[in-house]
Amino acid sequence: MRKNSTKLIFLAVIALVCIALFAFYNIQGGFSYAFPKRLERIAAMVITGTAIAYATVTFQTVTHNRLLTPSMMGVDSMYEVVQTIIFFFAGSASIFVVSRYLNFGLSIVAMVIFALILYRFLFRADKHPIFLLLLAGMIIGTLLGSLVTFLQVIIDPVEYESLQTRLFASFMNVKTELLLIAVIILGAAFIYGYRLLRDLDVMSLGRENAINLGVNYDRIVLKVLILSSVLIATSTALVGPITFLGLIVSNLAYQFFATYKHSVLIVGASLISIIALVGGQFLVLHVFQLSTTISVIINFVGGLYFIYLILKESRKAG
Amino acid sequence: MIEIKGLSKSFGKKPVVEDVSLTIQPKAITSFIGPNGAGKSTLLSMVSRLLDADTGEVFLDQSDVKKMKSNDFAKRVAILRQSNHLNVRLTVRELVSFGRYPYSKGRLTPEDEQHIDRAIEYMTLGDMEHKFLDELSGGQKQRAFISMVIAQDTEYILLDEPLNNLDMKHSVQIMKILRKLVDELGKTVVIVLHDINFASVYSDRIVALKDGRLVKDGPTNEIINSEALREVYDMHIPVQEQDGCRICVYFNSHS
Repeated sequence: MRKNSTKLIFLAVIALVCIALFAFYNIQGGFSYAFPKRLERIAAMVITGTAIAYATVTFQTVTHNRLLTPSMMGVDSMYEVVQTIIFFFAGSASIFVVSRYLNFGLSIVAMVIFALILYRFLFRADKHPIFLLLLAGMIIGTLLGSLVTFLQVIIDPVEYESLQTRLFASFMNVKTELLLIAVIILGAAFIYGYRLLRDLDVMSLGRENAINLGVNYDRIVLKVLILSSVLIATSTALVGPITFLGLIVSNLAYQFFATYKHSVLIVGASLISIIALVGGQFLVLHVFQLSTTISVIINFVGGLYFIYLILKESRKAG
Repeated sequence: MIEIKGLSKSFGKKPVVEDVSLTIQPKAITSFIGPNGAGKSTLLSMVSRLLDADTGEVFLDQSDVKKMKSNDFAKRVAILRQSNHLNVRLTVRELVSFGRYPYSKGRLTPEDEQHIDRAIEYMTLGDMEHKFLDELSGGQKQRAFISMVIAQDTEYILLDEPLNNLDMKHSVQIMKILRKLVDELGKTVVIVLHDINFASVYSDRIVALKDGRLVKDGPTNEIINSEALREVYDMHIPVQEQDGCRICVYFNSHS
């Protein structure tokens, strides 16, 4: 335990160094112009990083797997589907687009509903093997992607133009106006989720042991699935989808901390996530000179890491 | 006292448990026996609220189990299923500490620590309490899980085939410990067993199920005889006495 708190402090220091570097390194033009811009981006990265870490770790505990994340099940592609449908049927001048909050709310509700229907089919029935779930996730992701492409092909080109700016959110193009509401959602989720952490510790023993120890299993599963969908929805709306980030940071946290305690795992995964995003973005800006994006790097590294995890898993099974 | 009234359960169209009613006697070992697919584990899962019954009720000292808070139930009835695979890496002591969760919600008090120490000692796990579970043999692991259930300090302990995959030595060891729990600590143990000789030698009462129905329920000596066992297993099972124990010698029998 003592060792784990040292590790947490160590990660926190690295995260702070990354943030400081990002905030102050080689600041050009007017300080008063550039600095607040950078702070906004840092805020977005901290929020997204924490939200994805929290959502992934809790999701993986209640689904008893360490290879799947809400993003990989297609929850964040649902954001694109919702936006495309809104633009297609209501148009960019409609209230659903003009009012950012309404748009945001609508996206989140749709994503949560989608996630719950999906999980009901996939996780409620008898235990499916993990590879079947992965396959299902891929197919659903492809299906949603094709649906989006189909609608975008037949949409009015002017609408398409404005839809694209909406969909290509990134850390260089943060939806600043959503920052505040994202902070509120994240804060609420943390306060609400805090009481669940110890129950989650018990749930890592499996459904039957958890029920034996008095945990209201099914209700907590539902709560966590809703909570993680809301968090993924928030981060996607803010900066767009980063599919593999959750997978990387949760598994690194499991390896690094080797504990069942969710308080440690979640804080640790969040810090790793912040380091990956802020540090990665720093490299993109100052080393790669913007020749690539952080999402590309994360998905590349994450994809490799994912293959490694799958191979490890299948060797264990065989 | 646990009273089971008219419990039924179907999976799809297949009835697995049909209208079973019985009373579990306190401060005794009751064994559930019967052929494969008789519904023993399903019945135990319904009694311990791991599985919802289609119809019927379970009463714990006159109160309906369904209306009890899960946490209060966990302080009185403990269940251990066969699934001992864990996703997380835990030491024996950490696992046993989870047994105190219904009481302290993860913040262990000195009293909890005492219970944990006692449970570890009871299962003679003292010298390996800081070992990780994945470093242990099947029998040691099983003892660690039973130790968790003992730390839970419930009046009722329900075990679903705890002797699965254990060799003779460890099976005997575990049955002796269960006997001690009943005789020394006044616990009530309900256990699903495959080996009728373990049921015969260690239990006070036997409940026999067949095709989801209750066929026999009574003191051990009333059930362990060729006549009653034929009804349960559809085969001739000679019973011999050896040092005051009734042993079923079914290995070479003709039905």
